[in-house]
Amino acid sequence: MIGVRLARPWLDLDEAAIAALPGQLGVYEIGDAKGGTLELGFAGGRSRFGLRSAIAEAAAKHETAARFRYEVTMQYWSRFEELLAAYLADHGELPPGNADRGDRRVGRIAAAGG
Amino acid sequence: MDFELSPEQKLILETVRRFVREEILPLEADLDPDASELPPHHRERLVAMTKELGFYGLDIPEEYGGPGIDLTTRTLMAFEMAQHRAGLYAPCYGVFGGAGLAQLYEADDGQKERYLYPVLRGEKRGFFALTEPSGGSDPARAIRTTAVRDGDDWILDGEKTFISGADKADFGIVFARTDPELGRKGITCFLVDTDMPGFRVRRIVHTLRSTHYAAELEFNRVRVPGRNVLGEVNQGFAIANDRLSRNRIPYAAGCVGVALKAQEMAIAYAKTRKTFGDYLSTRQAVQWMIVDNEIDLRTARALTLEAAARADAGKPFRTEAAICKLVASEGASRVVDRAMQIHGGYGMTKDLPLERWYRELRIRRVGEGPNEIQRLIVARDVIGGSFH
Repeated sequence: MIGVRLARPWLDLDEAAIAALPGQLGVYEIGDAKGGTLELGFAGGRSRFGLRSAIAEAAAKHETAARFRYEVTMQYWSRFEELLAAYLADHGELPPGNADRGDRRVGRIAAAGG
Repeated sequence: MDFELSPEQKLILETVRRFVREEILPLEADLDPDASELPPHHRERLVAMTKELGFYGLDIPEEYGGPGIDLTTRTLMAFEMAQHRAGLYAPCYGVFGGAGLAQLYEADDGQKERYLYPVLRGEKRGFFALTEPSGGSDPARAIRTTAVRDGDDWILDGEKTFISGADKADFGIVFARTDPELGRKGITCFLVDTDMPGFRVRRIVHTLRSTHYAAELEFNRVRVPGRNVLGEVNQGFAIANDRLSRNRIPYAAGCVGVALKAQEMAIAYAKTRKTFGDYLSTRQAVQWMIVDNEIDLRTARALTLEAAARADAGKPFRTEAAICKLVASEGASRVVDRAMQIHGGYGMTKDLPLERWYRELRIRRVGEGPNEIQRLIVARDVIGGSFH
């Protein structure tokens, strides 16, 4: 069973780490050096080089981006929605990079330990 | 059975066809291949268009403001509305509106005020929770979620799985066992608000389908007021069964719709792709795949329309609905599979919608009652002597 939250090791954000990423589809989390999450996202079917290009593009949007983690999955759409819902349940708000959801509803999922 | 279209039906279908071609397909070209919703501003614009056309809320009964379209015409429209990438599970990305949850039309006046009308106004969303980890095909025996009376309230305990839309819903229609001795006559239907203490969405169940993904739910001593019993106590099974046969017809029509598009794509590609100096369409191996597609398509289309026409005529249609659901889901799977084969490597890519249809059609053979259950229904009707 896939865990609800992204339980993958954080990696330092640098060119070598990005270059080593797979071109597969999946979900990712961009974080800052203080342990905060800046953005959750996915590498979907239109990404040019899968996680490699999607993480590079997302990281470039955040000046304080310092680390990232990811999960390869073909179910990137539902997995992304799940990660957003879990983050909202745990923190009461979305990461800054995901704040603009318009009126698209974020799912409700049990908080960690709840 | 004569399926000659009336002038009105022709006009409706041409309108829907043009809507898909001119409004949906261009937007879809920029969306993620697994997307299930449109950007909000486009959705609002297109909903306004379908309302202007008089097609919004196609499945809402006329007395509740629906357009009053018969099931045959609705089926014909479903053939058209499914002919795009997300078309199987999100036909036209929902801009034609939904019916809400059909069971709510059986609610009392107070429940309609609190649940049905807000759903029809687009203010609330609901989910339908029947299936449990112990099974979904035989709910009379499989339901282990219990509801125990406590004063005027009921206390619900248990779990549900494969419940679509539950994580974004405001309430759910939840079936629970209220009398363990009575089998199917011991099940009651409850309206459960998702902010009631003890209700939890545990996780999303990731499947081949991204659209309208399912969730796993937990009910831990959820206190539900007696006024939230939908229908009569111990009569929930009838509510669950109420629209099962009817729902199978548009369900089949969606399969036919994507298969029609897959066949159109296969023919177009076979007429332009050359191998060994000639077009694929000149190769007998490919011709036969296209012919087999056509047979599957025409069979499924005719059986689906027959079921719809019988329902419209007020005739029994349970057998026909079961047959069209299984023939359409299995036939469409074969059609898309052959279309992928004709497209070769491109057929496997997310550049084309075929791979999404292939994944999602696999679910269609299990959803809305697995095809083995459909065969069981037909066997019971035919062998049991109630065949009409």
